[in-house]
Amino acid sequence: MQGLAIQERKESIFTKGEQRNTLTCDTDSISGSVSQRACVYCGARVVLNPITDAIHLVHGPIGCASYTWDIRGSLSSGEELYRNSFSTDLREQDIIFGGEKKLTQAIDDLVTKYHPPLVFVYSTCIVGVIGDDLEAICKAASLKHQIEIIPIESSGFIGNKSAGYRAACEGLLRLIKNQPNPIPPKEKNTLNLLGDFNLAAETWIIKSYLERVGIKLNVTLTGDSSYEQIKKTPIASLNIVQCAGSMIYLAEKLKEEYDIPYLRISFIGIEDTIASLRKIAAALGDEQIIKNIEKLIRKEQEKTWPVIDYYKHKLQGKKAAVYVGGGFKAISLIKQFRELGIEVVIVGTQTGSQAEYQTIGDLVQQGTVIFDDTNPAELENFIIDKGADLLVGGVKDRPLAYKLGTAFIDHNHDRKHALCGFVGAENFAKEVYSTVCSPVWKAIRTGGMTE
Amino acid sequence: MKKDKTGYRNVSENPCNMCMPLGGILALKGIEGSMVLLHGSQGCATYMRRTISEHYNEPIDVASTSLNEKGTVFGGEDNFKKGLDNIRLVYQPEIIGVLTTCLAETIGEDIERMAKEYIKDREIEGFPIISAPTPGYAGTQAEGYFSTLRKIIMGLAKETKKNKKINVIVPHISTADLREIKRILASMDIEAILLPDYSDTLDAPYTKTYERIVSGGTKVQDIASMSGSQATIEMAEAIDDVISPGAFLKQEYGVPLYRIPLPVGLKNTDIFINTLKQITGSVIPLDLSAERGRLLDGMIDSHKHNFQGIAAIFGEPEHVLSAVTLCMENGIFPQVIATGSKTHRLEDLLYESLAESEQDYHIMNDTDFSHIREKCKNSGVNIAIGHSEGKYLTEKEGIPLVRYGFPIHDRIGGQRLLSVGYTGSLSFLDRITNTLLDHKYINYRSTMLQKYYDTRS
Repeated sequence: MQGLAIQERKESIFTKGEQRNTLTCDTDSISGSVSQRACVYCGARVVLNPITDAIHLVHGPIGCASYTWDIRGSLSSGEELYRNSFSTDLREQDIIFGGEKKLTQAIDDLVTKYHPPLVFVYSTCIVGVIGDDLEAICKAASLKHQIEIIPIESSGFIGNKSAGYRAACEGLLRLIKNQPNPIPPKEKNTLNLLGDFNLAAETWIIKSYLERVGIKLNVTLTGDSSYEQIKKTPIASLNIVQCAGSMIYLAEKLKEEYDIPYLRISFIGIEDTIASLRKIAAALGDEQIIKNIEKLIRKEQEKTWPVIDYYKHKLQGKKAAVYVGGGFKAISLIKQFRELGIEVVIVGTQTGSQAEYQTIGDLVQQGTVIFDDTNPAELENFIIDKGADLLVGGVKDRPLAYKLGTAFIDHNHDRKHALCGFVGAENFAKEVYSTVCSPVWKAIRTGGMTE
Repeated sequence: MKKDKTGYRNVSENPCNMCMPLGGILALKGIEGSMVLLHGSQGCATYMRRTISEHYNEPIDVASTSLNEKGTVFGGEDNFKKGLDNIRLVYQPEIIGVLTTCLAETIGEDIERMAKEYIKDREIEGFPIISAPTPGYAGTQAEGYFSTLRKIIMGLAKETKKNKKINVIVPHISTADLREIKRILASMDIEAILLPDYSDTLDAPYTKTYERIVSGGTKVQDIASMSGSQATIEMAEAIDDVISPGAFLKQEYGVPLYRIPLPVGLKNTDIFINTLKQITGSVIPLDLSAERGRLLDGMIDSHKHNFQGIAAIFGEPEHVLSAVTLCMENGIFPQVIATGSKTHRLEDLLYESLAESEQDYHIMNDTDFSHIREKCKNSGVNIAIGHSEGKYLTEKEGIPLVRYGFPIHDRIGGQRLLSVGYTGSLSFLDRITNTLLDHKYINYRSTMLQKYYDTRS
């Protein structure tokens, strides 16, 4: 197959049921392979950006800030400061003479203008090379302005997007650990949600489910969160982790440092939403909450299943390809597609872990292609080869799917409708239907002009 | 008239521009059979692919050398060679463009030498690899675009026989604009080499089979022969000579250079047509005269509406210049004029265009959206003209936006908006007028009620 011409890539791909059933993941992308991955800075920025009242200052050349200005659909119930993209806009002379002075002045300017409680300073590739001392500058500025200014070590070349997630978690941990006053005792039936970014109101949907059954959502990291809320992280009695790829590290640390146990959950698809709610109820062990959750599940299912069944009837037997950022999403999507009568025949992620690929391998049918850090040529080949009717992916993959005459689902951070919980499952079914059953596919396959 | 300038500042708040390699990618996408390799860390290629594919709704394959820590410390030559090997294997391109990034430039990578050694090493003498340094910190996408075009010509042009063709070098305009320029040239029976030509490669028709490298683009052998053309028309007035492809052809091969504005608006389109006539002696076809007449007719039809317009115009220098001219011709007053590029020429050119303006205006060079918004606030600006990032002005200040330039990522079809030539100018003007009307009528009844009824004592 032409797309697999790059020999090294073979280690990162396998077909279930054919000899090898493991793959290589979490390695550097191969030069020239047209990886879909972004960089360390990107990983850090996307995790921290939803913190609404923080200044997000990129110390680097302008591009890094341009390409990430308000690109994600995280919603806020309060401040809007996070929707700006601030940059020290380093130029040639700064590269030569160093950017430390400029960074100090940039922080001074922004703090004077916006009075934020918190500033994140992200390092970029060239800052890593020219060696500006972010730590020292942030410390000095922090003392001067009497607010928290946290450096994020996110030079693009020090790893892949996962390294950026780690850098973001380190930043959050610093924020949480720096407590001027004694931490109040843990509150019962109160939890933190880790790894949800309030895209299209998803945090709010999850929050409403929890509140309905008597659980208090303390803080979400980081969807619609604020400085004050993040400080209160330690008072929760349980952490629930959705996007594990980005947040499992923080969950582990919070367990170590504050004795907060964590659960891995996912609110994508009906099956996983129900399982997650029950898992939470069981972990809290409160009889009333367990009852309430069962009631909520019953009530929501009564509304949702008829909608799902309506679409399932039209979608039964279709085949899906999935290429998403993190492992949890891929796993949930396999189950969610089954709810619609669709089998996943190709599945991969940018930053999935070995354990997540194991779960994926267990879930899918024989013959399904599984890959890590793929590229457009491979996607093209496998979509054609496996006869996929639709692709789930990011913005860059959409035009490829369309050129191949394949339907497409936007499961990216820029989407404008929620895909979590029961309402998200309905939205998802509608979206799948709107793209798979569109009349345009008929138009491209029939007719033509007569000579 | 007053002018405001923004210069070196400590912090950019909401950028009005992107960076050099993005422009380099766009330039290379207009060359037949080309593939691009970005020398740097993985993120740059991903961000730019995303930005470009959102605008064009086309797959944008750009490879990266994916430099890691080791490559950064010890040099990225191994990654560089492997990257070239892999894209030749998977894409089988006829030409490869290699661009640098901030990282590659900061660690001092000499891509020109590495490309030469690669060719020797792999024994592929004659295979064109264009290397263009495009450090992100040294300029915007506009500078990256032109400097890469210049490098492409420098790499491909050869001493050749003089011929009757003319070179037409365009800034980053829409694919519909490219097709319109080709149509005008054909209607005047002029044989031209259009550089770059991404009208097919970035706006490919749906076909039954997918091509990884889409057909179309300026042919390598045509670029090689640009040195023999009878003249170059370069639709770029604001760029420096050192990055001008036309200036290189003039210096190196003595090809006469006509630097003209982008043919948007009556005056600028007249300049284009008259320049073509002057160089080639071609007759102006009747159809084109009719199109000009139709533009005049349309300008008269909408002139009173347009006179209500007070505009903020922003984007790449050539886009800004052309939109200012169109506005001035039609009674729309450009009050805030801004670009993220650092260009000294733009101001002088704008003074000419704005000579007849009776009111104060602000020219902002090397600026950002926070400054643009500041100038628009309570200033009477009621229309913005520029790329999609201007949606910020709509959201924050309620100023409607006519999308023009790059990127247009929040609307469908931004890549095929027609704005050049007499026909395109009218279409562009109509978009502006209708936005003004829309804005007026949406508030008309409530405004009148509030102003004259509710305030009665």
